[in-house]
Amino acid sequence: MPDNAQLLQIAIATPLISALVIGLGLPKRLSVKLAAVAFIVPALISVWLWSQFRAGADTGYDFTSNCSTGLAQFGIGLKLGLNGISLPMFALAGIVGLAAGLYALQSNAERLKLYLMLLLIMQGGLLGTFASVDIFFFYFFHELALIPTFIMVGIWGGRDRNYAAMKMTIYLTLGAMLSLIGLIALYAWSGAHSFDLIELKSAIALRALDGGQQKIIFGLLMFGFGTLVSIWPLHTWAPLGYGAAPSSAAMLHAGVLKKFGLYGLIQIALPLLPIGAQHWAWTLALLAALGNVLAIGFVTMAQRDLKQMIGYSSVMHMGYCFLGIATISVIGSGGVVLLMVAHGLSVALLFLLSTAIHHRTHTFDMAEMGGLAQKTPVLAAFFVAATMASIGLPGFANFWGELTVFVSLWTFSKWITAVAVAGVVISAVYGLRAAAKVFFGQPTEPFQRVAAEHPPVDLTWSERLPALILLAALLFIGFWPRALTDLVNHALTAKPVVATAPVTFQR
Amino acid sequence: MSLDFLKDAAESNNWWALTPEITVAGMALMLLVLEIVLPKKEHRFIPLFAVVALVGALVGIVINFHSPDYWGQQSLFGGLIRISEQGQIARIFFLCSSLLVTFLASVCLPRSKMPRVEFYHIVLVITAATMLLAQSNHFVMFFVALETLTIGLYILVSYFRDNPLTLEAGLKYLVLGSLSSGIMLFGIVLLYGAVGRVVIDGNVHTGFEFPVLANFLQQHPDNFIAIVGALLVLSGVAFKIGAFPFQVWVPDVYQGAPTPVTAFLAVSSKAAGFAVLLTLVTTVFRPLQSLLVPVLSAAAAATILYGNLSALKQRDAKRLMGLSGVSHAGFLLIGVTASLTVPWAWTAVWFYLFTYMLASMAVFGVMAHLTGENDAVQDLDSYDQLAKGKPFLAAILAIGVGSLAGIPPLAGFMGKLLVFVAAFEAHLYGLLAFAVIGVVISIYYYFGWIKAAFFASWRQEGAVEARPAFTGTAPNFLGVAVLTTLALATLVLGFFQTPLTSWLMK
Repeated sequence: MPDNAQLLQIAIATPLISALVIGLGLPKRLSVKLAAVAFIVPALISVWLWSQFRAGADTGYDFTSNCSTGLAQFGIGLKLGLNGISLPMFALAGIVGLAAGLYALQSNAERLKLYLMLLLIMQGGLLGTFASVDIFFFYFFHELALIPTFIMVGIWGGRDRNYAAMKMTIYLTLGAMLSLIGLIALYAWSGAHSFDLIELKSAIALRALDGGQQKIIFGLLMFGFGTLVSIWPLHTWAPLGYGAAPSSAAMLHAGVLKKFGLYGLIQIALPLLPIGAQHWAWTLALLAALGNVLAIGFVTMAQRDLKQMIGYSSVMHMGYCFLGIATISVIGSGGVVLLMVAHGLSVALLFLLSTAIHHRTHTFDMAEMGGLAQKTPVLAAFFVAATMASIGLPGFANFWGELTVFVSLWTFSKWITAVAVAGVVISAVYGLRAAAKVFFGQPTEPFQRVAAEHPPVDLTWSERLPALILLAALLFIGFWPRALTDLVNHALTAKPVVATAPVTFQR
Repeated sequence: MSLDFLKDAAESNNWWALTPEITVAGMALMLLVLEIVLPKKEHRFIPLFAVVALVGALVGIVINFHSPDYWGQQSLFGGLIRISEQGQIARIFFLCSSLLVTFLASVCLPRSKMPRVEFYHIVLVITAATMLLAQSNHFVMFFVALETLTIGLYILVSYFRDNPLTLEAGLKYLVLGSLSSGIMLFGIVLLYGAVGRVVIDGNVHTGFEFPVLANFLQQHPDNFIAIVGALLVLSGVAFKIGAFPFQVWVPDVYQGAPTPVTAFLAVSSKAAGFAVLLTLVTTVFRPLQSLLVPVLSAAAAATILYGNLSALKQRDAKRLMGLSGVSHAGFLLIGVTASLTVPWAWTAVWFYLFTYMLASMAVFGVMAHLTGENDAVQDLDSYDQLAKGKPFLAAILAIGVGSLAGIPPLAGFMGKLLVFVAAFEAHLYGLLAFAVIGVVISIYYYFGWIKAAFFASWRQEGAVEARPAFTGTAPNFLGVAVLTTLALATLVLGFFQTPLTSWLMK
């Protein structure tokens, strides 16, 4: 029986090795089975590790293991482990990956083997990203997960796929390069000459970086990571890319991969660069509040295309996450972790359901839909539940995330809080309106024609299973947030570098 | 040269140290003899002899790599040659590169009616010359080796002499190559003259020796004539690596030259330039550090910008490789600039060069298999839907191009990372900004190539005009083996760098 640290390695290696085996020419029937196993194993391991987690006394990490890839003299080594912040993200990757994988398995996509292979690489990369203690490998695994997205958009994408794939690639490469330079700066200036986050922390605890350096690194990380998370005005790749991406890729990217940047800011930038964070806090807050929440909120309301709308709504919700980070407080950061998990689950569910809707209506244009609920009540119920979760109704995980972010925001700035709360109203407007347009009212003429040709069937069990997994996770955290908050709290308060009380700012 | 010198050389067993070069050069002559001796139908075995010599030399070096005899930093032949760690790495690099070029030639040459044996002969001669060049410790040795390399390439570039584009390439390379040799020679002479004036015993012989020059520059870092000489020498090297502003020849020559020669130019010739540049910058010209850092930085920034911007709109695959190769030279120049202040930076440059060789050779290997008799025109449109027709070659192409673009988890990314870390430690922050811009631009054109090969393009129905389809050969067993090895090595080095770092960074 392998110990827990080895289980962590197995969770990351299983999808990657399966992808390699499929790539080497496994027959299609076996490939599908192997892929199913490779999606289930990490999900089970992630839940198991959650139940087994005991934060290490000195570092806060558990399940640590270390092996060298030949760059030990540069302080680069494959060091894996989980702490209270990365564990929820790791589990999120496991669960959303399982849902996306199960959905892909029943999708009958063209060139299914290649599709599953890329999805498995993406899944392996995601798990590796959140399990890496070494921030070089944190970046490396992220890129490993990112590349398949581009290819999947390019090959299986919908409308404008070439343009979307190109735009996504260039934006995300820019963001990744900026954050890489930031990480190298951290490596070189901290004096630790190691990419190991634990060593970096202890080196900086001994001798903090001077203010100017912190400002530069935090700026690089903020805009680099920010581009990856779609901070306004560097967000334009996101709705376009999600609109074109095949459903499982969109689920994994919007649900999990995008959180990389936020996770990096919380795990690396905030504890190591407190002065830099204070310097940039207001810039970040203003960009997020006025750009992501307000401007994109209005843009989302104007969308006719269901998938684009979900894409824009995810850009908007990232605004709340940035706001939580800008408060530089334990409660804000904790709220962001909660919101990341909640949003990851709910947006993945929405992308899954929107593709299910497309299969029944043969369009993403909401003006050409209507009255679908009469034919497909279960699909309608799922969609309404996902919309409620996304708006942040109590009972769903999103509620706690948004609530804690708003609470922390109140001490930061009351005006920004007002803007953020107004955002909830906006998201209620577009969310409920979309549900109404798609499912209720009288069937429109184009939809009647499609429905006559292809009578819509309700959500099949192979579609219901991934949706149920996501919904169950949302409700579980919604009713039992302590399962997550205890972990996060412990990880955030254990660090001496983070200010333990909310910091107030003078204009 | 007196007989005593030869006697010393023989007694000190200096020749033994040059066995690899002697083997390779000897086999080059042997090939010509074999062509006369062997009956005509056995001529197809001649390339095998070349491979045997290259592999033999390679094995010899690898076995002796860690042997203590090599590590005395000693100079041989009265200071002509210096055995160093870098020289050893360079020898391995050039032998590997020549092996791969020989493989490419065995794919491409049978399609044309040109004589074949001479090609392999010249490749071997050039290999020996580059190996000596990387170990030279004396400007006479340096120049002779460099000219042997250049003259060999003059012939190879215009090898398919019935193709007008190839002839144009040959002429361009000849004219500009001679010009650069002239410039470099002028620089060497200026340095020699500058040193000659202060040497009291009048021993003019030593004015070419690297340690003597380094010593002189140490004492007179502001000697105007010596500085001009150093800059002229560096200009000559800049031509070899295709650095701004000496890069104008690159696209035309790369396009016109036969594909194996393009690969030779892109890998061996460029690497020879960098081997020399590293030697010069870290030994002879190190005293001029305060002058060289801004000069090299400016050259690196301009090279990155020029290479990437001009590749942006390029539709011919070979020209694209040339211009993107210019941008790679820029990234490598960052590493060279860093090596002036960061001692380990030279290993980053060589790591980058190795990954660049693996990726470039994979891409050129795909090209060699795709093109027909006329390999000078390769429109990117011809790659349309390559993944459907030839999935194996498309996969190799994707890995090669991805590594050149520096996409993790491929080896090219690790090369870029090490160079960036070196640049950071050398405080070259401005250059890093240029590098980031360069990487982002390069994604656009590399991505376009992959897009052409993999993604179905949206064309209007009925508007499918006849594109120049490839008439190449399907890879045989050897081809599959070599290309798979290159791709796998690129992939593995992205995850696991020990095989390379254990040699490079002892």
